[in-house]
Amino acid sequence: MILLTCPNCGQRNVSEFRFGGETVQRPSPTETTRATWAEYLYMRKNVLGVQSEWWYHGACGCWFIAERHTKTQEILETYFLPEK
Amino acid sequence: MWQLIRHGLNGKKPFQRMWRTHTLKDSYDVVIIGGGVHGLAAAYYLARDHGITNVAVLEKRYIGSGGSGRNTTIIRSNYLTPEGVAFYDESVKLYEELSLDLNFNVMFSQRGHLTLAHNDSSVRTMRWRAEVNQIQGVNSRLIYPDEIAKLCPHLDLSDHPRYPILAALYHPPGGIIRHDAVVWGYARGADQRGVHIHQMTEVTGIDVEHGRVAGVQTSRGKIKTGVVLNATAGWCTLIADMAGVRLPITTHPLQATVTEALKPFLDTVIVSGSLHVYVSQSDRGELVMGASIDPYTSYSLDSTLGFLESLSGHMIELFPFLSRVKILRQWAGVCDMTVDYSPIMGYTPVEGFLVDVGWGTYGFKAGPVSGKRMAELIATHKTPELLKPFRLSRFEEGRLVGEKGAASVGH
Repeated sequence: MILLTCPNCGQRNVSEFRFGGETVQRPSPTETTRATWAEYLYMRKNVLGVQSEWWYHGACGCWFIAERHTKTQEILETYFLPEK
Repeated sequence: MWQLIRHGLNGKKPFQRMWRTHTLKDSYDVVIIGGGVHGLAAAYYLARDHGITNVAVLEKRYIGSGGSGRNTTIIRSNYLTPEGVAFYDESVKLYEELSLDLNFNVMFSQRGHLTLAHNDSSVRTMRWRAEVNQIQGVNSRLIYPDEIAKLCPHLDLSDHPRYPILAALYHPPGGIIRHDAVVWGYARGADQRGVHIHQMTEVTGIDVEHGRVAGVQTSRGKIKTGVVLNATAGWCTLIADMAGVRLPITTHPLQATVTEALKPFLDTVIVSGSLHVYVSQSDRGELVMGASIDPYTSYSLDSTLGFLESLSGHMIELFPFLSRVKILRQWAGVCDMTVDYSPIMGYTPVEGFLVDVGWGTYGFKAGPVSGKRMAELIATHKTPELLKPFRLSRFEEGRLVGEKGAASVGH
């Protein structure tokens, strides 16, 4: 992987970015047990295929999501987290 | 040599195959997935120490084609946590006797291992590591540039570099080994004792019935078994998925590279945590070099230019005279990283499904001991003391090990 598209700045060299890990769903703080908390903190799908993951662009300070294939490194899509 | 010429001319094969090929049996007592050093060592010690020989080792490609054939072969035990030191120290001791044990020369060269410190906080950490090591009986101490210069006069020990060398953690029993010989030796030893080694056999599914392992499906047919050991390093999440077990692991590529062959000049292993580089000179004269894992998760085995650029820059900072030396080849392996830089060994929520994973960038040096102790666990059903800190349930219990002596990773 050489280039990554920041939804704010466009295509840039991947060395400008920081990887933030695969996206995970945070459990509700009021219903959290030890098991669900450990699941959220540590357990990962670690897929071989298209992975939805966080990236941070140091130049503009934006966090965004990329859909990337973990073997071929093909990036299908990058976007900001949709506002609720 | 005459023997070689004679056999070359008469067309006979003077040497026996190292291990036999077998047809896949319908059932085995133990199925080990992954034909690397961890899987083969477990099979070997199961057969040698516990008399369990109805064992199959399943390997997707060929023996030692994964991390066992891709690492930079450094063996050491100067880690930082007491759990880690105890574990790796037993591994070094097993490696010391391995050639004799396997009757196969694994070319273990205990040439000394230097971890350089480039700033005050690193010096403090090295001193801490030396103390932890010494208390546990591991030969390890802090040395300063005068002594470093005697061990490795080629290092730039002046105050000119951006990160001058202030001190080093010296670990005399550390060294390098012939990694292929280790896997071949274990495979041969296991085969001689009746273990079946199945290469080019990919696991496609794991049958779980009522929370218990019942069998394994492979590209060559089904196997019934009650015990499955997952020793598949970077691919371990994919295998665990088949059994429905969740693992706290992400897969990162780790690259390495060698230069063209040079005259022998480097007879120690040099590591710099701050510069993210480690180097040793192989018996062929090539400099074997590695750095840190790729900064994003991936199953790709591709080499990157970014890695080569940063590694070369750091190498030249340590050894300025290498600036004209050519790179011969570059490759990558995939590592199963855990958040606490420590492995996961032992039982999982699925009965009969065991893991020996999470070995990240430090798996090869621990092959013998984890094989031996996993074999003990499978045979006796009791978790050995050495393995207890590394159980899978530690994540839920909040008892992480936190091994900051691990290499190839930023802390």
